[in-house]
Amino acid sequence: MTFPAGQWTCILGRSGCGKTSLLRYLAGLLDQQVDWSGTLSLTPSHADLSLHIAYMAQQDLLMPWLSVLDNVMLSHQFGKQIAGSRSTSARKLTSEKALALLQKVGLADSASHTVSQLSGGMRQRVALARTLMQDKPVVLMDEPFSALDAVTRYRLQDLACELLIDKTVVLITHDPQEAIRLADQIYIMRGVPAAAESLNVPSSPPPRLFDAQCAALQQEIMTCLEREDGAAQ
Amino acid sequence: MNNMTRVDPIPCQQHNNKWHMTPVLRLMISALVIIGLWQAVVVILAMPSFILPAPLDVFDRLIQRHDVLLKHTLVTAQEIVLGLLLGLAMGLFFALQMLLSNPIKRWLLPILIASQAVPVFAIAPVLMLWLGYGMASKIVMTALIIFFPVTTCCYDGLRNTPTGYLDLAQTMGATRWQMLRHIQFPASLPTLASGIRVAVVIAPIGAVAGEWVGSSEGLGYLMLQANARMLIDEMFAALLILSALSVSLYFVTDKLLKKLIPWEV
Repeated sequence: MTFPAGQWTCILGRSGCGKTSLLRYLAGLLDQQVDWSGTLSLTPSHADLSLHIAYMAQQDLLMPWLSVLDNVMLSHQFGKQIAGSRSTSARKLTSEKALALLQKVGLADSASHTVSQLSGGMRQRVALARTLMQDKPVVLMDEPFSALDAVTRYRLQDLACELLIDKTVVLITHDPQEAIRLADQIYIMRGVPAAAESLNVPSSPPPRLFDAQCAALQQEIMTCLEREDGAAQ
Repeated sequence: MNNMTRVDPIPCQQHNNKWHMTPVLRLMISALVIIGLWQAVVVILAMPSFILPAPLDVFDRLIQRHDVLLKHTLVTAQEIVLGLLLGLAMGLFFALQMLLSNPIKRWLLPILIASQAVPVFAIAPVLMLWLGYGMASKIVMTALIIFFPVTTCCYDGLRNTPTGYLDLAQTMGATRWQMLRHIQFPASLPTLASGIRVAVVIAPIGAVAGEWVGSSEGLGYLMLQANARMLIDEMFAALLILSALSVSLYFVTDKLLKKLIPWEV
């Protein structure tokens, strides 16, 4: 599999096919129980991937003891502290940046609220702001919108597309529509051991409106995913 | 539309709550009811005053001896609070040790559980022997009686941090210490708070038991003395103050915990 820089790659597959494990491997979160063969090669090859990723999961993972603004600034509490990053002026800059990001996701008014006061869609938007705050070139997303209702999901897909425009994004999803809307490249993962198959995407730029070309591709994907069942039977 | 039956408008129920029933108010009303029943029992069954004194006699005695009672109340209160603080500190320390080091956990956890099999009362005379009749032995007694709930709640809270939080922190490059301080510790606070609530309720038991075994001051000591001199109304007065002390300690701690840990589920 190849993940081109600056583009969105969507990995589709049934539950349990191994796509989350793949993402966790990229994020450096894989535990010893998974059998793994193969290597990861980066361009430039001396780079350390773990320093350049931002991770967004299906749950929003907002800390309930922090305010919304503090949650967005969470990444600044971790990692090796650079000298001078603890000064008041540095902290002021950080919180201004966080506030600007909250504005971009449309939640600037909720900056001082607690997490429990937000709805599911709002919380995932805060998680998106937190991901942006990390300012990393690679963003790994594990079914980030699958817990939301259809309309909120649609809106958040558009928002994510707009805000993550120059990043290398690897998005895991089980929803073919989501993959078709957002991907520059689609992989379908299936089989045991898991193998990925690449598909051609429609020519329009993401986020796509669902037209005939997209519908045809969705049918193709569904046939492909179902084929695995047929082969098993 | 003409076939539909006419529906009369339903009168709106209005709540005329001019005051709200708070837990404190409920407790005060319950206390008054209990005192009323107590008086009734004394009068109806003509209880001799050396078995069950009337509430009015007890209050009388309370006011009469308020200076002595106050002095001993302060001693017991200090023993309870200091014992709570010591037990809390010990519990946090041991819970952290068990979390950070697996070998320590494997050796310490069984000892911790076994320690609860020994009734704390049974070692009270030993504590008096080692630490004397002063406040120190009672403070240690109190700390020992609350040690187990605090340690297990703290350890469980720290251990059961949602893995999603830890994963997120790991991808952000958090060190072990940063994860402990910024994620595991705040996430453990609600569980720790329930441990503290239990501790606050059982701490007075440790202090008073210690005073019964050997002391020269405190409400427990006063109760024993009054009992020996057949001043049962004074004994009841001390008991009443002890109950009031425990209840107010619980309410204050509860309010404090709710304030410090507002996200408790």
